Amino acid sequence: MNLALKDISHNLGRFLLTCLGLSLLLGIVLAMVGIYRGLVVESLGLVRAAGAQVWVVEGGTRGPFAEASRLPGDTREAIAAQWGVAAAGGVSYQNIDAQHRGQTKRLMVVGAQIARPGEAPLVVEGRPILRSRYEAVADRGAGLAVGEQIRLGRDMFTVVGLTSGLVASGGDPVIFITLRDAQKLQFDLAPAAARRESARSAGATGTTNTVNAILVRLLPGVDANRFAQDIVRWKHLAALTQEDQEAVLARSVIDRARRQIGLFTTLLLTVSTVIVGLIIYTMTIDKKKAIATLKLIGAPDRRIVGLIVQQAIAMGVISFVTGAALISAGHGYFPRRVVLEPADSAALFGVVIIACLLASALGVRTALKIDPASALAG
Amino acid sequence: MAEQPVVEVRGISKHFGEGPTRVDALRGVSLDVYPGTVIGLKGPSGSGKSTLLNVIGCILEPTSGSMRLNGELVYDGKWLRADLRGLRLEKIGFIFQSHNLLPFLNAWENIAVTRILAGASPAQAKIRAIELLTYLGIERRKDAMPGELSGGEAQRVAIARALANDPRIILADEPTAALDSQRAGTVMDMLRKVAEEHRSAVIVVTHDEKIFDRFDHIYSLRDGALEPPGGAAADTLVPQ
Repeated sequence: MNLALKDISHNLGRFLLTCLGLSLLLGIVLAMVGIYRGLVVESLGLVRAAGAQVWVVEGGTRGPFAEASRLPGDTREAIAAQWGVAAAGGVSYQNIDAQHRGQTKRLMVVGAQIARPGEAPLVVEGRPILRSRYEAVADRGAGLAVGEQIRLGRDMFTVVGLTSGLVASGGDPVIFITLRDAQKLQFDLAPAAARRESARSAGATGTTNTVNAILVRLLPGVDANRFAQDIVRWKHLAALTQEDQEAVLARSVIDRARRQIGLFTTLLLTVSTVIVGLIIYTMTIDKKKAIATLKLIGAPDRRIVGLIVQQAIAMGVISFVTGAALISAGHGYFPRRVVLEPADSAALFGVVIIACLLASALGVRTALKIDPASALAG
Repeated sequence: MAEQPVVEVRGISKHFGEGPTRVDALRGVSLDVYPGTVIGLKGPSGSGKSTLLNVIGCILEPTSGSMRLNGELVYDGKWLRADLRGLRLEKIGFIFQSHNLLPFLNAWENIAVTRILAGASPAQAKIRAIELLTYLGIERRKDAMPGELSGGEAQRVAIARALANDPRIILADEPTAALDSQRAGTVMDMLRKVAEEHRSAVIVVTHDEKIFDRFDHIYSLRDGALEPPGGAAADTLVPQ
């Protein structure tokens, strides 16, 4: 006969209502962890999707995701000619506001060269970009359909393919166009601005053939670190391996968010622990007479402790499972990606159980101090 | 050969505090209670009735004296058993003023829990619980929760719980205080039946004058001491 379960079923409504409240709190904790994981996946997604082993960027910079990096477009040819290079492709990145169906969409525009590193990875619907102008591959998060047209800058682009789950570190959906289109989008001025600019710099024309980075895929067996070191000898260039690039992103973009979310998660867990502690304490106080009676008739302390600890753990388990179910069902409605990893859930479950054990300490202490003689008092 | 007393209390004293704040709750109380007898403890508030009950129930440690329960010397200037809860579970049944049934268990579970605590399997404990409910005439209420039982029914379940482990000593603290005369009489009849059929010693603390005639002996306590005996009590009382 499990006294904890009997007591719970006696006050089932109140217990479940308490668990529901706690489950919302634990659901938010789980969501916070999921949001962090989502942030990591989203931030690194674009970098990983590029499929490069080395990123060649402007000398003295850490690449386009950390700071401004601009290279002459023809640097690609010089890099591609190096020993050990299988393929090299110039890429550009820019955020724009695009008008679509009467709404403003914030997009990350990636300009890449056809069939070179940096072009749209796995296209899940439609086809990759094949024509050199005015075609786009968009992420599903942009809300565009294959065949649809969207105005980027002064030109209309036809969406020929879709990717899935590819967003920038800020959460903006990615849209791929050719590098040439991207350069035009970046440097094309409105007619009035173009006339003014032409008047200001009569005769001088700046090049628009610039890229933010050159992505390099190496031949099998070529060491990426060694290759990057060789490139750095060219004083005007810097080179990062894929691991370096991910580390830069993790430091510059993710780390602060991680600390912020970590702090918030810790606070929520602390609040949950305090709430469980207070609820268990109140439940113990409600059972004071019953506990005194149990002690008087001869129940050992371990039975009394078991009654309280089991209730605290039951509360934690039910609340965690409900919270996890709520978040699993609702994570698609979050504006940013929420990635629920089994390892995170298991770790949080462990933390919740430990928190429940800690929280039950006050109730256990109170129960152990109850005088059995108080059962005899009218 | 005469039966041995189930409860033998010798010169038990209990005081609280020291110096000017010292209170002598019990002063050299000696008492024998024999199997099959129902005795009453009466006295004004603060006379030491509950303290004596707590001492016999091994809930409160006396200051001095000795005590033997069911032939086992359990106190002789100090407790001689570390596991007093086990001792209570094995030898003593308690009946309370307000039935004190566990509100989250139904009637049979309230009885079975005592048996389970003593090591019985849940199935054995349930069989014993149903037997006792049948014995006390409330088997049909076996699934009722305490809140669904009348005062008399609840007190019968409490008596059944006290009997669950076949204790030789039953301590009852004003078991009829919340009952009307008829139900109080029924409860006392049951305690008598239990005492005689189980050969138990039943000690009842009471203020309830309407049940005074139901006891084999009534002892009066005043200022922590047993008053000189009168009538039927004389044969079991060792006067101070």
